[in-house]
Amino acid sequence: MITSKFEKEHTLRGVVCVKIVLRYNRQTELFRVLMLKNLSNRDNLTTLAYMIGILLFLVAAWEGLKWIGQESDYRLQLGPIDADLKVARDLNMPHLRDIWEAYREPAQRNGPPLIEVLLEAAVFTGKEALLGFTMGTVLGLVLAVIFVHSAILQRGLMPFVVASQTVPILAIAPMVVIWAAKADISDLGVPLIAAYLAFFPVTIYALRGLSDVPQTALELMQSYAANPLEILFKLRFPNAVPYIFTALKITAPASVVGAVIGELPSGIQDGLGGAIINYAQYYTSAPPRLWATNIITALLGILFFSVVALVEKLVVRWKANVN
Amino acid sequence: MSNTNSQDTLIVIQDLNKKFTSADGKVVNALENINLEVKRGEFISLIGPSGCGKSTLLRLIANLIEPTNGILTVNGHSADVARRNREYGFVFQSATLYEWRTVTKNVQLPLEVMKYSRQERAERAKKMLELVELSDFADHYPWQLSGGMQQRVSIARALAFEPPLLLMDEPFGALDEMTRERLNNELLSIWHSIPNMTVIFVTHNISEAVYLSSRVVVMSPRPGKIYKVIDVDLPRPRSAETLDSDGFFHYSSQIRHLLREVMA
Ligand SMILES: Nc1ncnc2c1ncn2[C@@H]1O[C@H](COP(=O)(O)OP(=O)(O)OP(=O)(O)O)[C@@H](O)[C@H]1O
Ligand SMILES: [Mg+2]
Repeated sequence: MITSKFEKEHTLRGVVCVKIVLRYNRQTELFRVLMLKNLSNRDNLTTLAYMIGILLFLVAAWEGLKWIGQESDYRLQLGPIDADLKVARDLNMPHLRDIWEAYREPAQRNGPPLIEVLLEAAVFTGKEALLGFTMGTVLGLVLAVIFVHSAILQRGLMPFVVASQTVPILAIAPMVVIWAAKADISDLGVPLIAAYLAFFPVTIYALRGLSDVPQTALELMQSYAANPLEILFKLRFPNAVPYIFTALKITAPASVVGAVIGELPSGIQDGLGGAIINYAQYYTSAPPRLWATNIITALLGILFFSVVALVEKLVVRWKANVN
Repeated sequence: MSNTNSQDTLIVIQDLNKKFTSADGKVVNALENINLEVKRGEFISLIGPSGCGKSTLLRLIANLIEPTNGILTVNGHSADVARRNREYGFVFQSATLYEWRTVTKNVQLPLEVMKYSRQERAERAKKMLELVELSDFADHYPWQLSGGMQQRVSIARALAFEPPLLLMDEPFGALDEMTRERLNNELLSIWHSIPNMTVIFVTHNISEAVYLSSRVVVMSPRPGKIYKVIDVDLPRPRSAETLDSDGFFHYSSQIRHLLREVMA
């Protein structure tokens, strides 16, 4: 009985999915064309080559510094140069090979390898960050729309919005976590902290984009006797889209940071924040693990950024300089 | 000369004044005691030195700004009602296309605001783009077009909902002479093809004013006033021949003299 209902729902969902796919066939077509174009695009290959080159350079610099440190007994004396190279010790800068190894070794005795633990943590934190990013974007947009329509509210509220960003997130995080727990929405605690970091640039940039409309473009709408809602959706908002994407490129990685920081005071163990605390405690005995965690965190941030950048490319097609 | 036989009055302007007060309290008399009647189907040009209030007069008629005092009626009601009735098509000096919309979508913009059906929007946009000979560029974005093409799109956009009154503020001012001449002819043939359409056209260019208009309104600055109204009695349709005719030369030099008086 339960199974059949489940199945029914499942097929229903499938049908809906097919419909959506069919409806957006043209868009998916466009998407494919874009991807193919990107893959075959010389510029993109060049970019990729540069990225790999820079990565190789960083690897070489890291290991080179370690090698020089080791050879000079961590004190480089060469003519006028007298440099302390203690920073290159294994404790501060583990060998990349050791970090690589750390991913494959179990994090706990008889447990799964560290990479699995970290990827699960990244999914956990990624969900929090995504929720926070979404809430922050919505809040940021709502504030911007209010501000562009009411100079009084803008003047009255803007100082508080700015003030909110001068308070260090570390000071806010424990309070938010406790409030969320009290309000029985403890799952939202961490996303709220991420949203706190994410809404501000959206407000600032979106407000700029909503109000930076040429006078004649507005008068055109007035000559059609358009109402404020039409002016918002047909003129102000499209005008703001490139600005908003600039903000989202800042806030997408920032919400990962917000989620990680939010996990610290809330004692959440399942995410990257928990992992960072955990491996920081064992840093002196096993430094590669913390480095391994940091790299995964950075990659998560980069992933967030890249998705925003890709969506921007698909949405903002009217600019000569994009695509 | 006019576009139609019906000679009823479309616009009545009586003792119209417009003062601007700047932030530091200075008052500018942009327009003083303007009196003008425009008949349905006329093609009227406003010409005069910079700052004499041509744009201000056009924007008052379009109800983009309010007069300080005086009477202004369009089609028997106030400019405000006329705007709400969607009786104005406005063309600015810069094409003012929305850069995120393709050419077709730009032409459809007023139709969307005015709640035309999807099908009618598509049909009208197609027709208008044929009119300005830009059908091949329907799916281009504005940045892919030249300045003259952009201005033709903005004319198509202004005409898409068939407004009885077309207001143009130096629409071809930024274009080269050749393009300007071509667009002048295009504009005239559009005006001939839409019965009863009235055009008020702001320009700095004497031959453009004479070539296009049934009447030319010469304005003087500080404060902005109507100096003289000239009836241009040249046969229509106008063509390259018109430009070489004695009549054309006569009107052009008459207006040139008036403008010299006004500037002195
Ligand atoms: N919004 C405004 N606020 C203050 N003064 C204004 C405003 N708009 C126009 N003016 C003034 O009114 C006068 C007429 O301006 P208007 O733009 O109508 O002139 P114009 O004839 O169109 O000039 P141009 O040929 O240079 O376009 C000018 O002195 C101008 O400074
Ligand atoms: Mg002007």
